Amino acid sequence: MGLIKEIDFGTPASKAVKMVTLTIDGVAVTVPEGTSIMRAAMEMGTAIPKLCATDMLDAFGSCRLCLIEVEGRNGTPASCTTPVAEGIVVHTQTERLKSIRKGVMELYISDHPLDCLTCAANGDCELQDMAGAVGLREVRYGYEGDNHVFAKQGGAANDQWLPKDESNPYFSYDPSKCIVCNRCVRACEEVQGTFALTISGRGFDSRVSPGMSEAFFESECVSCGACVQACPTATLTEKKVIEVGQPEHSVITTCAYCGVGCTFKAEMRGEELVRMVPWKDGKANRGHSCVKGRFAWGYASHRDRITKPMVRDKITDPWRETTWEEAIGRVASEFNRIQDKYGRTAVGGITSSRCTNEETFLVQKLIRAGFGTNNVDTCARVCHSPTGYGLKTTFGTSAGTQDFDSVEDTDVILVIGANPTDGHPVFGSRMKKRLREGARLIVVDPRRIDLVRTPHVKADHHLALRPGTNVAVVTSMAHVIVTEGLADEAFIAERCDLLEYREWAAFVADPRHAPETTQAFTGVPAEELRRAARLYATGGNGAIYYGLGVTEHSQGSTTVMAIANLAMATGNIGRPGVGVNPLRGQNNVQGACDMGSFPHELTGYRHVNDDATRAIFETLWGRPLDKEPGLRIPNMLDAAVDGTFKAIYIQGEDILQSDPNTTHVAAGLEAMECVVVQDLFLNETANYAHVFLPGSTFLEKDGTFTNAERRIQRVRRVMSPKNGYADWEITQLIANALGLGWAYAHPSEIMDEIAYLTPTFTGVSFETLERLGSVQWPCNEEHPEGTPIMHVDRFVRGRGQFVLTEYVPTDERTGARFPLILTTGRILSQYNVGAQTRRTDNSLWHEEDRLEIHPHDAEQRGVNDGEWVKIQSRAGETALRAVVTDRVAPGVVYTTFHHPLTQANVITTDFSDWATNCPEYKVTAVQVSPSNGPTRYQEDYDAFTKQSRRIATAEAAE
Amino acid sequence: MSHKTLDTLVMMANQIARNMMIQGEERALPQISEHIRLYWDPRMRKAIDAHLDAGGEGLDDLARRALTALRDERAAS
Repeated sequence: MGLIKEIDFGTPASKAVKMVTLTIDGVAVTVPEGTSIMRAAMEMGTAIPKLCATDMLDAFGSCRLCLIEVEGRNGTPASCTTPVAEGIVVHTQTERLKSIRKGVMELYISDHPLDCLTCAANGDCELQDMAGAVGLREVRYGYEGDNHVFAKQGGAANDQWLPKDESNPYFSYDPSKCIVCNRCVRACEEVQGTFALTISGRGFDSRVSPGMSEAFFESECVSCGACVQACPTATLTEKKVIEVGQPEHSVITTCAYCGVGCTFKAEMRGEELVRMVPWKDGKANRGHSCVKGRFAWGYASHRDRITKPMVRDKITDPWRETTWEEAIGRVASEFNRIQDKYGRTAVGGITSSRCTNEETFLVQKLIRAGFGTNNVDTCARVCHSPTGYGLKTTFGTSAGTQDFDSVEDTDVILVIGANPTDGHPVFGSRMKKRLREGARLIVVDPRRIDLVRTPHVKADHHLALRPGTNVAVVTSMAHVIVTEGLADEAFIAERCDLLEYREWAAFVADPRHAPETTQAFTGVPAEELRRAARLYATGGNGAIYYGLGVTEHSQGSTTVMAIANLAMATGNIGRPGVGVNPLRGQNNVQGACDMGSFPHELTGYRHVNDDATRAIFETLWGRPLDKEPGLRIPNMLDAAVDGTFKAIYIQGEDILQSDPNTTHVAAGLEAMECVVVQDLFLNETANYAHVFLPGSTFLEKDGTFTNAERRIQRVRRVMSPKNGYADWEITQLIANALGLGWAYAHPSEIMDEIAYLTPTFTGVSFETLERLGSVQWPCNEEHPEGTPIMHVDRFVRGRGQFVLTEYVPTDERTGARFPLILTTGRILSQYNVGAQTRRTDNSLWHEEDRLEIHPHDAEQRGVNDGEWVKIQSRAGETALRAVVTDRVAPGVVYTTFHHPLTQANVITTDFSDWATNCPEYKVTAVQVSPSNGPTRYQEDYDAFTKQSRRIATAEAAE
Repeated sequence: MSHKTLDTLVMMANQIARNMMIQGEERALPQISEHIRLYWDPRMRKAIDAHLDAGGEGLDDLARRALTALRDERAAS
């Protein structure tokens, strides 16, 4: 196991189909038309010297090192910018080329420090490599003249010299080592799409400049790391590499943050992680990353991490560290006692969307087969459960229809209730790249998200609807498409249920769905909506991307179905560039759903009341399964308050912070007799726990995650678990303490069991993943290499089903007491409840949750930017600081929920999606008023948390 | 069964009914019953049955009829 060195072909691959044959150094080579000569040479194994070229970026042709000679052509063209042509004869090494290259390198080195031995890039420096490759032996110019290298020149300060910029917590910028190859600037533009970097000055004065010659941290830089990755020298270097040194081996693994599921090389020195570098062959990220996956992994070794099991009798007691044996024994005896006393269904559990498929599968198996109840749920309940319901009803599968690559073929992107540049940044960058190429954009969001206007991207239409009116807006779009004759009748006749379509078409054509009618309550101007609908229906390949702004509503499932209707009516299903694409929040939320985490479903979305399915599981597991659905998370909490639900096993999920109406969650947890929390940290839920089982990070275990495109990818262990066990092993310990006799030696055996039990997974195994890198389910006999795009010839359910989607306003209404609507969201640098990212330097970008409020609403209330405000709803109140901004419309306020002190969910209510009980986070009626600081509740809660997290010090061993 | 939990169940049943209503009664009624049969834990169904027996205060007409059908179907089986 060595360091994985990816081949750099110098320029991107050509997508052309036509092949061209040329001769390079006497060898015939055939490549797609449009390929550069540099790439063609590399394909046959010849590395032409280069500095400014790298295959993540378009050719630039500035370094003058990659020159070649072509027979019959004049001069020495750059091989990166010269495309191949049929029959040409290329020479990559001639006396003339050798001498030019040596001269070029000599100039570079004359303005570069010669501290190679103590340089952080030593061993990983392309400049060093090229000096070696061209045979540079001397620098005739000396170092006495103008330079960027030395702080002082002849005793006086050197104006050309700039000090290091250490402002970014994760990487440093050393201008003295810059060769102005432009790779960082181009990476920021082409890969990330932020345009934070530029080159200031001309000629010898040229410098890399973040923003207007600002420090990196003060500039628009989003710290994605693309520039650091692109830099061929030590100019931009990870601080960890400076501290530790170059890694010596690497392991391919999958990021544990959002649902994009980026593939990374974990670059190691022994068991120490040196850096995470995005892997070019990763099919979700194609070599790109964001500030979370690239840099925010320090939480794994944070001092807050709990590594020993702990128990306590009462939640008011301090924790007591103990052995695994005692802790697991306590769980088993308590669950047995409680089931004996209160009945089999008085217990349950929650699987984690952050753990692996294998771990999630085992938790639901433990609950169904071990506890003998279907009281199992997962945090998808609070995010994408409506996606499962809505897409299963209309298409027949509870998942998105495309792969991420599909966006490269999209002509019109329709983003509804998602903020990809913050929530799914790497996919957001891929989307922006396509938009810069000319794709059109429609954004449906109450807030002016970055995508609406960002460098070189501008939405054609931003439908800034009032929160809670999604169904009305999407149905109005359908109205326009149907009544203006824009529906794809041929597609509908071939693929959908025609009778249902006709009924649906008549339904949406009703004047009550006309945008002129709905604008009164949606706030979206009719003409704008009409133009957006026309663009989606007629602009070519139309793809819908949506997020929690769609699902987290009382009509979340209805909106998902309305979206599916829209895609079917316009024929935007079943080929590259189109589709319905839910952007999943957490790394493995798709997987958690696939693995049978919902109380009514076994793996592969099969209902527990299906006798044949149950029989397969019962036979294999040797235990009877309940045919009745179990409780969903909110119903578990209700039942706990009612005294019929007494114990819960929660793996990697912080329901107290993430679930709505905190006081209700707390009341439910407090009413239970045994709460078992398995997590990395003493999270908020653990305040109410009796047993704490320390969990392991994604760096410490083997398994798989499934991302938003149904892609199953390997997670590989790179270090020993600090707590002693991978999470699946802990669940197995509990199972065996309950007498289940499990004997899994490796997660691959668990995946084999999943594949045996699940028709859409029969072709999945660790061996398949090893061979293919990753695979998108369904992967079975019919699709041995997986399914990038679904519903190609027919819908999974047969014919696509049009569902009537009537707008039913939420019961959460604004009025005189609560005149504003609060909606919630995420920010780039933080993740979910922040348990991981708050324990990294990412907090420098976002230290606390803030409340965005429109200047008009702020002025009316005497609220000033940066001051504390109190926010009250029918459920509760909390306080945080205000940001006065017109990103939100008048009448709407917005906040994130990454910090426990904010307790944003004290305000959110019990209202939820009618079909799935997904909470209505996105609509809460509130009032906002100036305040002096945190509320009494927040202060009390803070004190309670401190009290609850006490760990008793062990008695002296005498 | 706390008052609050019962309120939640009544609200859930009404919400399901209101969202299904557009399909027309004939199709909506069995779909509402089916939805509750598929997704509600037995203790929730028992609680709403008891509430129905006690007069079913707060339930919309369609929800009430769907729940009654579900209760009768179970009683018959």
